[in-house]
Amino acid sequence: MSILDKHAILERNATLLLVGSLFVVTIGGIVEIAPLFYLENTIEKVEGMRPYSPLELAGRDIYIREGCYTCHSQMIRPFRDEVERYGHYSLAAESMYDHPFQWGSKRTGPDLARVGDRYSNEWHVQHLIEPRSVVPESVMPSYSFLKDTRLEVKNVAMHLSANRAVGVPYTDEMLENAEADLKAQADPNADTSGIEARYPKAKLGDFDGDPARLTEMDALVAYLQMLGTLVDFSTYDDAAGYR
Amino acid sequence: MKFVTETIVLAVGAFIALLGAAFAQDRLFEAHMWVLFFVLLASTLFMVRRISFAPAVATKSSQDDEGYFDEVVKYGVIATVFWGVVGFLVGVVVALQLAFPDLNIEPFLNFGRTRPLHTSAVIFAFGGNALIATSFYVVQRTSRARLFGGNLGWFVFWGYQLFIVMAATGYLLGITQSREYAEPEWYVDIWLTIVWVAYLIAFLGTIMTRKEPHIYVANWFFLSFIVTIAMLHVVNNLAVPVSFLGVKSYSAFSGVQDALTQWWYGHNAVGFFLTAGFLGMMYYFIPKQVNRPVYSYRLSIIHFWALIFMYIWAGPHHLHYTALPDWAQTLGMVFSIMLWMPSWGGMINGLMTLSGAWDKIRTDPIVRMMVMAVAFYGMATFEGPMMSIKSVNSLSHYTDWTIGHVHSGALGWNGLITFGAIYFLVPKLWKRERLYSIRMVNWHFWLATLGIVVYAAVMWVAGIQQGLMWREYDEQGFLVYSFAETIAAMFPYYVLRAAGGGLFLLGALIMAYNVTMTILGYQRDEAPIPGAAPKLQPAE
Repeated sequence: MSILDKHAILERNATLLLVGSLFVVTIGGIVEIAPLFYLENTIEKVEGMRPYSPLELAGRDIYIREGCYTCHSQMIRPFRDEVERYGHYSLAAESMYDHPFQWGSKRTGPDLARVGDRYSNEWHVQHLIEPRSVVPESVMPSYSFLKDTRLEVKNVAMHLSANRAVGVPYTDEMLENAEADLKAQADPNADTSGIEARYPKAKLGDFDGDPARLTEMDALVAYLQMLGTLVDFSTYDDAAGYR
Repeated sequence: MKFVTETIVLAVGAFIALLGAAFAQDRLFEAHMWVLFFVLLASTLFMVRRISFAPAVATKSSQDDEGYFDEVVKYGVIATVFWGVVGFLVGVVVALQLAFPDLNIEPFLNFGRTRPLHTSAVIFAFGGNALIATSFYVVQRTSRARLFGGNLGWFVFWGYQLFIVMAATGYLLGITQSREYAEPEWYVDIWLTIVWVAYLIAFLGTIMTRKEPHIYVANWFFLSFIVTIAMLHVVNNLAVPVSFLGVKSYSAFSGVQDALTQWWYGHNAVGFFLTAGFLGMMYYFIPKQVNRPVYSYRLSIIHFWALIFMYIWAGPHHLHYTALPDWAQTLGMVFSIMLWMPSWGGMINGLMTLSGAWDKIRTDPIVRMMVMAVAFYGMATFEGPMMSIKSVNSLSHYTDWTIGHVHSGALGWNGLITFGAIYFLVPKLWKRERLYSIRMVNWHFWLATLGIVVYAAVMWVAGIQQGLMWREYDEQGFLVYSFAETIAAMFPYYVLRAAGGGLFLLGALIMAYNVTMTILGYQRDEAPIPGAAPKLQPAE
């Protein structure tokens, strides 16, 4: 009698079949995913990572809302051509505060992991309003409505505290100042000492070319301009980060 | 007193949606709750017109002669055809948007919002309805029992349609978690969980009340598909909402862990939704249509357990050379390659079921469609393991090769096997002697096959070319092409791809017409397919 004949037991008992198949499909996930949460070398230790400022977070939410991830990756692979084209390969630590991750799966457009500081604010605004006016070959849709849409500023602190609930180290001070920080970051006349202390390297000033209004364009450009700028790779030791 | 409770529940739901709109914390939630309100209000008004206050009498309306609950299957078949046409149409639109970017209409019809609309319409609306309808049909036949739970079947069907409508309108409004193939936000996810549990109860309950001693092989696949999707859906969508009156939620995981959780989900949406569930369809409809038993019982046991065990490991191959630790990438690659074997075990079992009836490929376009589906399954499950090899993946990842691979699986395997099942089901469910037109099935077959071949071939060329352009160096060691130049090079392929998709859509429209005419009771006057019916021999 072969072992396959014993299969009849499972075929006669729906509960056994259910439990058996559920057991079989849980193994792979447990072996592959669970260790990532406790193996210390999953995420290398890197200087410079910090939570997103309220304005950057709002911009990131717009990036997600518009489905930018359907065409743009944020994950530079360790190949000569990618490193030359986009910059240092991406580190696990660089997305440690990303809920959810934005690595993407398709490059209809270029990788954006290090797009920050590569172009001027004016270029980004013009590109988002009419992509083909600056890159004739582009197939990107236009996003001119962002410049005409005021940024929703209520509940800023709630967004930060939801992030804190899933593990992003926002302090009480950051939560208290959330709404003020959001407005001040895009306001050229504001006192920005608080933001600079709380969110080092944050890009400050007007982003969308209209200092009078706080628009979704401000938030999105603020987010794009900080992408990949937090870690200083002149001091990063590749060998130390090798896993 | 028919429909009174249902109507009241719908009305209360509409009122709650109205409250949600009134107290919404953000503009998007308000808009989405208005959508929900109008959907539920329309449903309530529709139900009010159907209320009958006469004392309940046993009607035979929802119960055919054999005692099976087939009314919901009929609705499921119509929904499958409808959402199929919608999903393919949106697919052609997004393909054209990539070739001609001026077709983007901001903000609601920009590619970033229409692309999830296309993928979800095809996978969840078309594929999901096909799976629910066929699994309800198959489990009743193979268990010789009526669908468990009375009106639970209706709840599953209409609850699932509500999920589709909320997900689709959400995408166009800009409500998304950005998790591919799991884009709907937390409240839609919770609703789907409720519907899915009801689906499991209806399906498992029917198996439990079966009058057959054995559970048929198709039901193993359906059962493991339902229970695994439940697990994947719940874990991958764990998130903390900003407010219970707002759309936004933040994933419970971040970065590396989030990426692997998502692709553990994403790959097994393919493995269980689009493979295990559809293998269930294969195991019932192919033997039925060719009138032969399944080729090998032992092979079905081995490949079932091997398939569901190995599929779950393959997720990391979506993350080759990323910041995911190397050990996880390698593990994912090894299991992906091993997965080739159980996949082909299923293909062999499906194809060899035709032993002794191979002539039906020539004479029966429905069999031809099913066989082509299994052939595409075989091709896609060879291509997949190959692309999961790290060195191949370094070229193919991020390019249109992946898109081509997905479509040879989705259009070829899932599409064609579903069309075959629909052509099998429609005459049976509506008690017609035959389809309106068999020749139109033949047209559908050739249009769909040609469309897929054009699509896949064009995407191979496009993907490999772009991948090579990205990494091309000149003698001095400089990159030869700017990124923008590689986009410009894609233009002819994107146009051809849209043409391939157009052919596939045309075939689906022919199917929609054929199915409609069959349901209405017409038969097209046409010459039979040569050799289809054995010629009567004159007496000696």
